[in-house]
Amino acid sequence: MATKLPPVDIAIIGFGWTGGILAKELASTGLKIVAFERGKPRTTDPDFLEPGKDDEIRFANRTDLMIDTTQETLTFRNTGDQTALPMRRLGSFLPGTGVGGAGVHWNGVTWRFMEWDHEAYSRTVSKYGKGIIPADMQLQDWGISYAELEPYYDMFEKTAAISGKAGNLNGTKIDGGNVFEGARKSEYPNPPLVWSQAMTMFDKATRSLGYHPFPSPAANASRAYTNPDGVKFNQCHYCGFCERFGCEADAKASPHFTVIPIAMKNPNFELRTRSQVLKINMDSDGKKATGVTYLDPLGNEMEQPADIVIVSAFALNNVHLLLYSKIGKAYDPKTGEGVVGRNYAYQGGGGATAFFGEDVITNPFMGAGALSMCMDDFNGDSYDFAKAGYIGGGGISAGSSGGRPIGYHPTPPGTPKWGSDWKKAVVAAYNHTVGVGSQGSVMSYRQNYLDLDPTYTDSFGRPMMRMTFDFQDNEWKQMAAARDISAAIAKEMGAKVIATSLPAKPYSVVPYQSTHNTGGTVMGADPKTSVVNKYLQVWDVPNVFVTGASVFPQNAGKNPTGPVGALAYWMADALKNKYLKSPGALIPT
Amino acid sequence: MKMPMPANAPAAGVNTNTGFLFFNPDEGAVITAIVDTLIPADATGPGGVEAGVHIYIDRQLGGAYGSAARLNMQGPFRPDIATPSQGYQLPLTPAELIRAGLVDLAAYSQKTKGNTFDNLQPADRNAILTDIDGGKVTFATVPSKVVFDHLYNLVQEGYFGDPIYGGNQGKSVWKMIGFPGVAGMYTQLIEQYRNKPYTADPQSIQDFA
Repeated sequence: MATKLPPVDIAIIGFGWTGGILAKELASTGLKIVAFERGKPRTTDPDFLEPGKDDEIRFANRTDLMIDTTQETLTFRNTGDQTALPMRRLGSFLPGTGVGGAGVHWNGVTWRFMEWDHEAYSRTVSKYGKGIIPADMQLQDWGISYAELEPYYDMFEKTAAISGKAGNLNGTKIDGGNVFEGARKSEYPNPPLVWSQAMTMFDKATRSLGYHPFPSPAANASRAYTNPDGVKFNQCHYCGFCERFGCEADAKASPHFTVIPIAMKNPNFELRTRSQVLKINMDSDGKKATGVTYLDPLGNEMEQPADIVIVSAFALNNVHLLLYSKIGKAYDPKTGEGVVGRNYAYQGGGGATAFFGEDVITNPFMGAGALSMCMDDFNGDSYDFAKAGYIGGGGISAGSSGGRPIGYHPTPPGTPKWGSDWKKAVVAAYNHTVGVGSQGSVMSYRQNYLDLDPTYTDSFGRPMMRMTFDFQDNEWKQMAAARDISAAIAKEMGAKVIATSLPAKPYSVVPYQSTHNTGGTVMGADPKTSVVNKYLQVWDVPNVFVTGASVFPQNAGKNPTGPVGALAYWMADALKNKYLKSPGALIPT
Repeated sequence: MKMPMPANAPAAGVNTNTGFLFFNPDEGAVITAIVDTLIPADATGPGGVEAGVHIYIDRQLGGAYGSAARLNMQGPFRPDIATPSQGYQLPLTPAELIRAGLVDLAAYSQKTKGNTFDNLQPADRNAILTDIDGGKVTFATVPSKVVFDHLYNLVQEGYFGDPIYGGNQGKSVWKMIGFPGVAGMYTQLIEQYRNKPYTADPQSIQDFA
């Protein structure tokens, strides 16, 4: 029997970027807020100090900052006719845990999604007609446009000290920024980071091919900066230990030193760490959440009643919590009905490695997570889908995120896997190589979905979530095209040898690809095809809100954190100024 | 940052903890031979054994990694139906897997080459590992390629990782490739060294201890 605690106004599940933003933004209401974090508390000092934080074996190979699969993982299969089996080791993606979540160990690439991304269905249909959309593709609008979200993108960029260059300022296109982006009302809060050698080469080569390169927007502060909340950032060290590592300098924006300490200053806010939420509790008619059941640090089952529940865990955990708590109708791929678990998507790849001789020196160890040049000439709807033969696209980039030697020692094609010739090739390539890669959009399909596994349970006794996913033909076409464009750029750079690559076919959970898992609790205007409305409020249960990339109807060719942060601010605004004034469904059904 | 060192202390970055904790002498000899085959000593740079990679593997398998830390070991195990895209599905910890694999390798070496793996000529050792990596070898108890992939990854980690774990002794591998190690501060250097060689004596975690 769970111990029932005195009620609170708001329960927040998961304390990373979105939970932190919501806690900070809602604290001013004076309401009693409790946030639950399954992992440990974390602070820059002592958790991320040099030299220990630059431990590649501990943090990159043994994934010390991420979830422990012995406690919770999911089962995986490529297709519905296979038997899903547990993802026993982390591989393809690395969900975070602990205070700050994956916001502690991300690289920091922070986009505004393109205008097309937010209205993918209607913009595609108006340009090409419905016939261009494959029968099994579930292309959808977000229910909110880029223009509506623009002020909130701006808030997140200023919070996170983004270093970048505007390419579209109030409709004026600016060379050197991303000319394909939606109109921005203001410049980035900080100038771009210092370019690395790889970036100068990419810039020159892509310009000579007629493309439009720009420095990727980075949550790695290019200079000392104080954000609107008064949080101080230091200048990036370019130490090259960014993704999978904490930041010693408070230069890489992370919730643990930005929004979270601000929230913690409020006496009406309480954080409970090492507290695993098992379930969102519902009243008898299934229309209202009554709070959460969680395990305290000693494993005691506790019940925390709450008037509002905010689901802000990692994207995959959000979906799992809703499925397990029976909030919203679970998706059934056979009938196509139901919404929770529907439209799971991921991120595509494909690229080329350019090997040079001694005349090109890249110093790959001088880097920052988001230190790269990118181009959107083949992203969103910057080009002609009908001609290309696929929908969606990807940013193509090259940069210097770090030359950590276990993970980075490229060798040209034909090199043996071991022995003296291998060693020679490693030495010859280490400082003379540039990777050009694409990050492709992944559309949602009827057959790619998340549900509860019939066989396996997590360490808490709950059914594991089951992932059924593979890249489809549309994505393979996009990735092959991106690979070929990357190879052409590598050639233009003057590469002596070029190696091209695509993700494993079928999709595999073994090699790392990206932690950009999207969908499963998607947002939209139609309760039949979305779990939450445009305010991220669950259609069926109005006192439950869901944040994070699980609300993306499909994934764009960009890293997800920018819109994840923007949507959290957007939702906080709706909660504060709409819901709290008149609790109930913000959009009638 | 640096603390004064007592006069009799070993030089920073020199591993004084040699000898096997996990492997028995026979296993240790085979692991040493595998490491030596994968990364031989040559004019380019350190061999795996002189870099301490066999010690790294011993410590890893005798520690949390070997005992299946961060590896979900909940049944039912279905290696019979698992697809490659589902990853590792055996009911064995890494320590158990490698142990069983070494027994199988010993039997396979005897049968095909008439001697234990560590007593074979380098060319024969290399041929066996090449066949295993190519999926051409069936072991008696465990999948040979899965064993090899685990060992290969451990060799890469030990060779390129921080010396504090037992491999990359004297930071010799980092020196060979030109990696300056940990705690780098390149804000003022990245532009200055664009397309220019940057050389620095690499720093490891131990150097700060």
